[in-house]
Amino acid sequence: MTPANVSPLPDAIDLALIHATQAGLPLTSAPYAAVAEQLGIGEAEVIQRLAAMQARGVLRRIGAVPNHYRLGWRANGMTVWDVDDARIDALGERIGALPFVSHCYRRPRRLPQWPYNLFAMVHAHTRAEAVPQIARIAVLLGDACRAQDVLWSVRILKKTGLRLPPAGPVRLEAR
Amino acid sequence: MTCPANSSPTTPLDDTDRSIVNALQRGLPLVPRPYAEAARALGIAEDELLARLRALLAAGVLTRFGPLYQIERAGGRFVLCACHAPAPRLEAVAAAINAFPEVAHHYLRTHHLNLWFVVAVGQADAAAPALARIAAATGVEILPFPKEREFFVNLYLPA
Repeated sequence: MTPANVSPLPDAIDLALIHATQAGLPLTSAPYAAVAEQLGIGEAEVIQRLAAMQARGVLRRIGAVPNHYRLGWRANGMTVWDVDDARIDALGERIGALPFVSHCYRRPRRLPQWPYNLFAMVHAHTRAEAVPQIARIAVLLGDACRAQDVLWSVRILKKTGLRLPPAGPVRLEAR
Repeated sequence: MTCPANSSPTTPLDDTDRSIVNALQRGLPLVPRPYAEAARALGIAEDELLARLRALLAAGVLTRFGPLYQIERAGGRFVLCACHAPAPRLEAVAAAINAFPEVAHHYLRTHHLNLWFVVAVGQADAAAPALARIAAATGVEILPFPKEREFFVNLYLPA
């Protein structure tokens, strides 16, 4: 990590780099060089900036995003739970640590129509396979949980990921 | 882009495809020839890895290949939202929501609140205006469910 890149907010070049790669990395032998050429900077700077963003958590990883249905993961359930506010944070950590839970968050209730404050995504090949997973969450929550539901995904309507608009007036050429 | 959840894979994955999908869900190295390095680890040639990645993307097995940004670490915001679209208006409401570039993911789910989508913006204060524009465009109430605490995030689904 270079000291020049430890600032918490991305600079104009970072933003241009995010914009240039958010839809995908070139599938060519030297993809970072291809992005660098597009931005008018060097390959080493692209790699260094991506590494710096990864160190700051702005970049989670560079990799493949599957359509989980196409890999056989057909039972994708958003399990939602109404959990005692005094106990949700400790319990949320334990639910998030379960191997079949991919995302786990505390979110606000929307009363009266939505009493649930803990959201945990589970993934299985069939809904039958997910039943014991959901039961395991219920056991962990015990009497801290007053109500629960499972919202199965029926159809992917969109899965593009982040799509920031082009960066503002800052032009790299003017650097 | 609409992908029926229950559609059958058109082309079955072979063992090499599965190894690629599994290895590259975890990440591509930050080196000048990352595909060559990943291919070596998989025991295949770089050209074959690139050709198979293109085919997996074209077939819709992969929806994207590249950096995954956690934009909240850079001043942005992700907001999970839900709404109820009545059956006769489902496709129209879903299309109106999808028309917004701020909508990153969108799923039809089994609940009265049947549409669930994630709004992703580069500046935190851009989230509320985006939700207001989506509500105006769809004519339905949009319920935001901003995260209050993140306990765990790591999606890895082996092929």
